[in-house]
Order: sequence, then C-alpha cells, then structure tokens
Amino acid sequence: MERKLTCIICPLGCEITVQTEDKKVLDITGHTCPRGKAYAESECTAPKRTLTSTVRCSDGSLVSVKTQTPIPKEKMSECMAILNGVTATLPVSIGDVIVEDVFGSKIVATQNKK
Amino acid sequence: MKDLVIIGGGPAGMSAAIAAYENGVRDILILERDENLGGILQQCIHNGFGLHKFGEELTGPEYAWRYEKKVRELGIEFKLNTMVLDVSEDKVVTATNTEDGIFQIKAKAVILAMGCRERSKGALNIAGSRPAGIYSAGTAQKFVNMKGYLPGKNIVILGSGDIGLIMARRMTLEGAKVHAVCELMPYSGGLARNIEQCLNDFGIPLKLSHTIIKIHGKDRVEGVTIAKVDERRKPVAGSEEYIPCDTILFSVGLVPENELSATANVSLSPITNGAVVDQDRQTSVEGIFSCGNVLHVHDLVDYVSEEAEIAGKAAVEYINAARGESVLIPIKTDGKIRYTVPQRITKKKDVAVYFRVSNIYKNVVIKVSDGDNTLLSKKKIKVAPGEMECITLKKEAFENAKELYFSLEEM
Repeated sequence: MERKLTCIICPLGCEITVQTEDKKVLDITGHTCPRGKAYAESECTAPKRTLTSTVRCSDGSLVSVKTQTPIPKEKMSECMAILNGVTATLPVSIGDVIVEDVFGSKIVATQNKK
Repeated sequence: MKDLVIIGGGPAGMSAAIAAYENGVRDILILERDENLGGILQQCIHNGFGLHKFGEELTGPEYAWRYEKKVRELGIEFKLNTMVLDVSEDKVVTATNTEDGIFQIKAKAVILAMGCRERSKGALNIAGSRPAGIYSAGTAQKFVNMKGYLPGKNIVILGSGDIGLIMARRMTLEGAKVHAVCELMPYSGGLARNIEQCLNDFGIPLKLSHTIIKIHGKDRVEGVTIAKVDERRKPVAGSEEYIPCDTILFSVGLVPENELSATANVSLSPITNGAVVDQDRQTSVEGIFSCGNVLHVHDLVDYVSEEAEIAGKAAVEYINAARGESVLIPIKTDGKIRYTVPQRITKKKDVAVYFRVSNIYKNVVIKVSDGDNTLLSKKKIKVAPGEMECITLKKEAFENAKELYFSLEEM
C-alpha cells in the first residue's frame, strides 16, 4: 500500500511517500532529512504527537505545559482529560515536571510563573 | 539621551537589543507596552519554534524565555507597561506609563520592533448584525491560553493562516467542535505541517475557495452561511450552505503595526505595509531601523530573530558612525515575486534577500538580473505565498549593477 504524508517535523512540510505492507514499512521517499524519515516510519506504525496545553495554578492563573516527548496520537484527548484535573503549585519554572508518567512521557512547564 | 531605543519587547526587540549589546553598545532601552517581555510568543503555547535557531523544537514561551533570560543576564534596561505615543524624525521618542508619566527620550538610533496585528472582521464586508461570538483567532488564543476561557463550543473559522489552524486544534483539544475552516483562496496560507497536524489529525474539513457570506444571529452568533467562490473570488449562486455555530474566528491575515513609523516619516511599502529598508534594515530615515513583523509578516519567529540581529548590529555601526561607503541599488520585482526585503541595497556586501511569491507555482526558476544579465538563478520545485524564500547575493555578483530585478519563470 502507498501512503502519502505531509511531514510535520519542520516548517518545510515535505511530502513523503511510504510503501507499506501489513503495517511494515518497505520504502520511504520524498523526505529531505533523517528526522523526516523517522517521522514517516513512526507515522505508519505508531503515530505520535507532542501535546501542548495549559494547567491551572494554585492561584487560579494558567501555566503553559507540554509533553516532554511525543505521546501516542490516539491518547491526546485522554491526556487533555488528565491535565484538566491537575493543579500546579506555584512557583513554576520552565522544565518543572507537572505530571510524572503520562503515556510514556512527562508533562513539563513551558513558562515561568511566580 | 540614549544610544539606542527599541520599541517593542517581543522576539524582534529582544533579539535586536542583544545583538546591539554584543556589538558594543551598552546604553540601550527597550520599551514594551505589555506587562511581560516576549510579545505574542507568550500566548503561542504550541510547539514548533526554534528549530532553525536552536536546533530544537520549543513552545512560544520557551523561545521567548531564551531571549528574555539573555536580556536580563546582560542587564539591558527595559520598561514594561509603557506605551510609545510618538517617534519623531529626529529620533525623539515620546512614551507614557503609570510610573514616569509622559516622558521623552532622545536616541542616537531607534529600532522599530512593534510587530503586527490581526486584520479584523470589519475589513471583510460580511453581511449580518453584530452578535457576540465573533473573535479574531489571536484574541481567542489569548482567552484560551492565557485566561482559561473557551469562547464557544461550535466553531467556524474563516481563513486558513497558521493562527487559524493552530486555534482549530486548540479549541478541539479543549472540547469545542470546529465544523469547518473556510479559505477564500484555492490554497491555504498556512504551513503544510499545520494543515496536517491541526486539521487532518482531528478530521476538521478545510474548505478551499469558500467564504462566509452571512452571519446569522442578533445577540449571539447562531450560524453562518458559507458559499463557494469562483476564480474572481465572488460567491457562486446555489452553492450556499448553512452551518449552525455559536462562534466564528477570523484568521484573515496580519498587518504590520506602523502608526509610529508613520509619525517618524518613515516611507512605507504598500505591498508589505512595512517600512522600505536596505540590507541593514535601515528605513528611509537615517538611524531608524525596522525589523520583525512590523517590517513584513514572517512565517517563522526564527527569521524574525535573525532579521532583528541584522538591525541591532547595523544600529551599532550607525551609532559609531562606521557605516562606510554607500551605493543605491533598488531591487525590483516582476509581480510573480510579490516583494523583497530589503527593497534596496546601499552597501556592497553579501546580502540575503527574502521574498514572497504571489501565487502557488510549481517547477520554477527564480532569476536575479541587473537588467541585462542574469546574475543568479535558483530552481524550486514549489513556491507558495505562505512560505518566505531567500536568495543570498554575493557582493561580487552585483558589483556593477545599477538595479536588481527579481523574476520568476515557470519551466
């Protein structure tokens, strides 16, 4: 089977063609860097996304967060539900772990808040 | 008196300040109207920033922090909550805040780094009354990402620029239903990666060559009528479709915010809506520089930072009166190349010329000529208005040129 992808790794947005058979990747063409190749391979076997969102802080304000590494794409809405139940204790610095272990990654702060 | 006053503490202003400092000017002041440095990056909590500049993928606030941290470490002075009211041609900056009242600063050089704002619904002439539930995509982004309010539950987005695409995903993740993204043009103005990860990932339809022709509802938006448009971008009779919704987001372009440039008599380009500049990002007024989205709207903040470094460094040369011999080589375009920045070259040194095309073209050659001879040509498989291109000209290449001409030929 042939699958056409738009790479999301960088703003170039290369159009990548992947030949697969029973979920096994046979050939990848159209990428212009090794990261693109890795993306295409993962997209056809176990697609992942970095999730960015916000969580409430102890004073009611918001702090922006992200998954430290990409999580399985189909887990994004579950992950959002987890974040809705989390309160971050102030102060928060960039890189602070807000939630340990979500779908093989961590939720870390992307903003400083006093 | 200050050596350098920078108007705007976003990515452009901070990067310009750091570049100026590192090139030897210490007496710098950044004026920022918001309560934080960082500008619009503060509300851009998605990732995808910094790949070019730092080789890693950062969110907006993280990218901004890299620069803010540096500004603080270097001890560069900045004033927050400060609104600049006027910049004069002789570089007197008038500003106000609650601590200093109204004050004036004479600067040796000024860098304009005010950024851009969103084009509003008012600019579009859509029929309907004025119900609640109509936002620009950036306003909705501020509500969701900084205030924690969801502006609505059933959304239609007009315009497929990157902010609209990013907000389609963001509103979906927060539990809203985005029914469609309508785009007037036959192609999207956003990055391909954003169509993939913001729309396709969530099954949100992108309706190209479609627009909103009527907004329904008196007190609150109740729905929209959308229609297909023809090649002249006029609605096609019989193609109307009603979509019930409570909220409409407009992501219909960005406009550089040049009111202050105008008070300083800086010449503006009708195409970019920003200043006309040379390779150093110096405007038509000597000692006033412009960089970032106030100069022309960029796709990537990484390019904004780079451009601001050029302006910061050049401002130092100007302050030190070390600008050397000057020439005047205007850069012209053929219309298929919509504009270039810089628009003119005043110094014989290697120059990176950034440009945008006016339509989607495939298999093209970009040619740079001096009117008689082709100095350089570059093949591209695909060019699109949403993606800024760059060609670097070696100084030897345009040594004898009176003017430069950028053109695009389809193969």
